[in-house]
Amino acid sequence: MTADAVERRQAITRLAREESGHVLALLAHRFGDLDLADESVQDALLAAASWDEIPANPAGWLYTVAHNRGIDRLRRAAAERRRHQSAAYLLSLPDEEVSEMIVEHSDVGDEQLRLVLLCCHPALDRDAQIALTLRLVGGLSTPEIAAAFLIPEATLAQRIVRAKRKIRDAGIPLSIPHSLDERVDAVLTVLYLIYNEGYLSRSSAGGRVDLVDEAIRLTSALASLLPNNAEVLGLLALELYGRARAAARFASDELILLDDQDRTRWDSAGIEHANRVLASALALEVAGPFQLQAWIASQHANARTAANTDWPAIVSAYAQLSLLTPSPVITLNRAVAVSMADGSHAGLALLDTITGLDDYHLYWATRGELLTRTGDPDAAADAFRRARALATNPAEQKHLDRRIAAL
Amino acid sequence: MEYMLFLGEAEARERIAPTDPAFGEYMAGWMAYNQKLIDGGHWISGAQLQPAGTATTIKRVDSVDTIIDGPFAETKEQLGGYYLIEAKDLDEALALASAMPFTDASIEVRPVAYRPQP
Repeated sequence: MTADAVERRQAITRLAREESGHVLALLAHRFGDLDLADESVQDALLAAASWDEIPANPAGWLYTVAHNRGIDRLRRAAAERRRHQSAAYLLSLPDEEVSEMIVEHSDVGDEQLRLVLLCCHPALDRDAQIALTLRLVGGLSTPEIAAAFLIPEATLAQRIVRAKRKIRDAGIPLSIPHSLDERVDAVLTVLYLIYNEGYLSRSSAGGRVDLVDEAIRLTSALASLLPNNAEVLGLLALELYGRARAAARFASDELILLDDQDRTRWDSAGIEHANRVLASALALEVAGPFQLQAWIASQHANARTAANTDWPAIVSAYAQLSLLTPSPVITLNRAVAVSMADGSHAGLALLDTITGLDDYHLYWATRGELLTRTGDPDAAADAFRRARALATNPAEQKHLDRRIAAL
Repeated sequence: MEYMLFLGEAEARERIAPTDPAFGEYMAGWMAYNQKLIDGGHWISGAQLQPAGTATTIKRVDSVDTIIDGPFAETKEQLGGYYLIEAKDLDEALALASAMPFTDASIEVRPVAYRPQP
């Protein structure tokens, strides 16, 4: 491939990732038909493959071409008199003055917010929400998403088709609801799940789309749409801390625990960025679980050595988190913090109060660590073996194998 | 759009008897709800059904009918009634469905695909 061709291909990928969501949001609103808008944007992205040179304003180009493709589709459908009651109305509108500036217009924000809220509508199941968000808002292709989640492409394609059909047939609207905060919470959960999938499967990321980067990109976009939502900023900070520590989390495909990570390999500029985002979240003075998790991450990220960590402060943050969103997983994390602040026996005592995590590998891995420290190698080995049987991530499996062998 | 709201009630639950002192308040809640649907232009039709114990099901296999005593699915929740409403989109239908004066119920919200007009 020539240098020009490589450059054109990169420009098309950038266009898909960074602009296709905006253009789709605008066209979905204009056409009143998500599916038509999506098909038109896909048509236009395909047409970009035959660029001789990169247009001066690729986003404007995408809007114009996708808009025209959409109108072509409506004309054909109207001619066949079988699709879209709205075709006649849309075709009767005067030809739009397509400004090069249109996708940079300030109203785009509302359209984008409507689109992301639609993708994360509670009437769609969680898997469908994740797939639609990455596909329609994030501009990833179906094969890219399927590869990132290690699921068959056909399964993912079907999931997206089914979700789009439900949106159309059940009348799920592109609108900004009265209960905006509740709906934004659903979006945050979806973005967090995307991030988490990337965070845990990072070790096997050879050539795959990086879901951590995608989650950060989408969360930043949401933060610019909702600059006064403290939890959006809290999630963004949490994701940024995770990414800043990424380089030190694995060594030759094996998981390195926080205590043992080489902190000089953490990205200090990334941590600074996360600190600034967290500070702006906390300045809004609306507490929330993502901000607390980010605050805990900040305690780790800003401690120069593992020994410098302020464990009592982390214990109290987990206690607050338990009050906001009680869950056995949070108690598990709190038990780890308690073991560091007050000793392994105290941590184990808290661990003993947890029920419902028998199938969670980290529960058994934590138990194994604490039992090792309290000098009970037999019980520790049993716990590590249970963890090993439940773990699915190859790096975690290797780590557990090593722990068992060391006992 | 038109939506059908299927009201699923726990079959084991006793319905409030008209002689119960709480009955008046219970009915007032539903009357107010019905009025809200009518005033908002959402009402098409609706009914409360007798308990599923009164149901009879015809099962047809290869054009041969068998009559069965009971509803077509034995589940913990049974169809207790329905509303057929007009709403501008799913969000409005869901908001109307959640305004029902139930303490415990499942309400299935389904878009109507086709309904012959008289």
